Amino acid sequence: MSARLLIRAAGPGASLQDPGRRGWLRFGVTPAGPMDAAAFAISNAAAGAPPGAVAIEIGLGGLEITAEGETVGIALAGSDFAARLDDAPLPSAFVAPLAPGQRLVIRAGALGAWCYLAPFAEIDTPLVMGSRATHWRSGLGGLGGRMLAAGDALPLVRRRTPPAAVFALTAPALARRDGPLRLLPGPQDDYFAPEAFEALFGAEWRVGARSDRMAYRLEGPPLAHAKGADIVSDGATMGAIQVPGDGAPLVLMADRQPTGGYPKIAHVITADLPALAQLRPGETLRFTPATHEEAVAARREQAERIARGVELTPLRREASTEILLGENLIGGVVDATGDMEREPRD
Amino acid sequence: MTAYLAPRMLDAGEAALTVEFGDSVDSAINARVLALDAALRAAPPPGVLETVPTYRSLTIHYEPLILPRAALAARVTELAANGGAATPVSGAVWTLPCCYAPPLAEDIIEAASVLGLSAQDVAQRHAQTTFRAYMYGFAPGWCYLGGLPESLATPRRASPRGPTPPGAVLIGGGLSLIGADPMPTGWYVLGRTPERLFSAGRPQNFLIEPGDTVRFAPIDPDAFAALEARVAAGEIVARREAP
Repeated sequence: MSARLLIRAAGPGASLQDPGRRGWLRFGVTPAGPMDAAAFAISNAAAGAPPGAVAIEIGLGGLEITAEGETVGIALAGSDFAARLDDAPLPSAFVAPLAPGQRLVIRAGALGAWCYLAPFAEIDTPLVMGSRATHWRSGLGGLGGRMLAAGDALPLVRRRTPPAAVFALTAPALARRDGPLRLLPGPQDDYFAPEAFEALFGAEWRVGARSDRMAYRLEGPPLAHAKGADIVSDGATMGAIQVPGDGAPLVLMADRQPTGGYPKIAHVITADLPALAQLRPGETLRFTPATHEEAVAARREQAERIARGVELTPLRREASTEILLGENLIGGVVDATGDMEREPRD
Repeated sequence: MTAYLAPRMLDAGEAALTVEFGDSVDSAINARVLALDAALRAAPPPGVLETVPTYRSLTIHYEPLILPRAALAARVTELAANGGAATPVSGAVWTLPCCYAPPLAEDIIEAASVLGLSAQDVAQRHAQTTFRAYMYGFAPGWCYLGGLPESLATPRRASPRGPTPPGAVLIGGGLSLIGADPMPTGWYVLGRTPERLFSAGRPQNFLIEPGDTVRFAPIDPDAFAALEARVAAGEIVARREAP
């Protein structure tokens, strides 16, 4: 019997993502891929999926799904989203069996902007130029190149044994980074006056309302250009802080265009991109400078945190961990009931 | 124009290096970009993931946990000193059919009035130009062309027009541009080509390589309709001549 995931409701911002469409930047193709690459990797690891597998990225608009045909294992990781399985609240990160007839509801919670739902199966959508990642502006990948919507059905193949019960999920890679986000100056740092750097590193910045998968707008003092606001267009990567003529910076995110014609004062280092991505419009942040060596060291630490995988904690003492241990999905299991309000319903 | 004696190496984050050869849109600078691109693609050092040529720089995406920045920079310096080694860039010559007649040429009358020329003149001057494909950007298959005559150089619109038709041939600033799928733009639609510069479903997703030569062959609306039908059936109607 085949299984499918049925999308019962989808807020704006829900899409299918894999690590991204690589190798086509030279032809103007945006890679897309996850906003929070660390949480994406953790959701796939918890579901026993390879790093390149497709997961559902869920934004602040939330998602409601049911399973059809068979019980499907689900892993959810990201930030503090509020999830419920029918009427039972779930931890903000978990693995759980989703039986036909049960409804999994994921809503924005106290903190965070994105979370990732990975099934214990492969989501069977067509490979488009080597990737299944959705880039809706160019209509590539995902389901017909568009964001997920109520009524969509995701066919699942190569289903893996679902977990026997609900487990809370923790992972070193999901730990929230406090403190300022680290910036590597350049490539057009020489286009800015010294005051621009004082403002960049001195001010408190607010994530603007019109922020999305393409770019996060930053509200704060205008950053003064020293040599004008136009450059001959060059390559643009995720994390680039582009400063148009009005001096209001924006950080290019997963759906950025592959090239840009505004000077880029600095880049958010890759290890700090998840922390940035998880900020909501209205939240504030600060920046601090970093060297290339520091950025690479942070990148290595992040890769190591992701490689340490996930820890699963049964929500009920009688829950069996044998299946999960048997699949070698977990580095360690802590026997704790946690502080959930209620136990999940069978 | 300013071409640098030695390329500047600029970090675009810790996992991308932008190698800049100059600060203007210029075919000699772009040729150095494409020579380095071709050399890196012919023998990519382990850890180089993807290269992105633009008018005057090459952005190299790499994994710094595999390839240290210093090692990449040393390799780039060596290749740039050899003029990109002997690896030739594609250098093909493309002839694209293009209809410059309204209503397909949505903005040609407006552009002509901005330029102080007749629409016929604008079409003729554009079709007589030999362009160089500098780079892609903006959206899949949007190909930027250098070589636009001074008489067709126009400031971009103050505010963008609505989505372009598929295969739009545009001018803006000192450049021409071929659009693929519809997008809003501040440029002027001078004409349309029935050819698709990008198709996700075709074995050859993209036709033109950066560095190729591009010319336009004027066609009338009837010929456009006929060629468009052939393109819709999967045919490639642009003509390619090897160098």
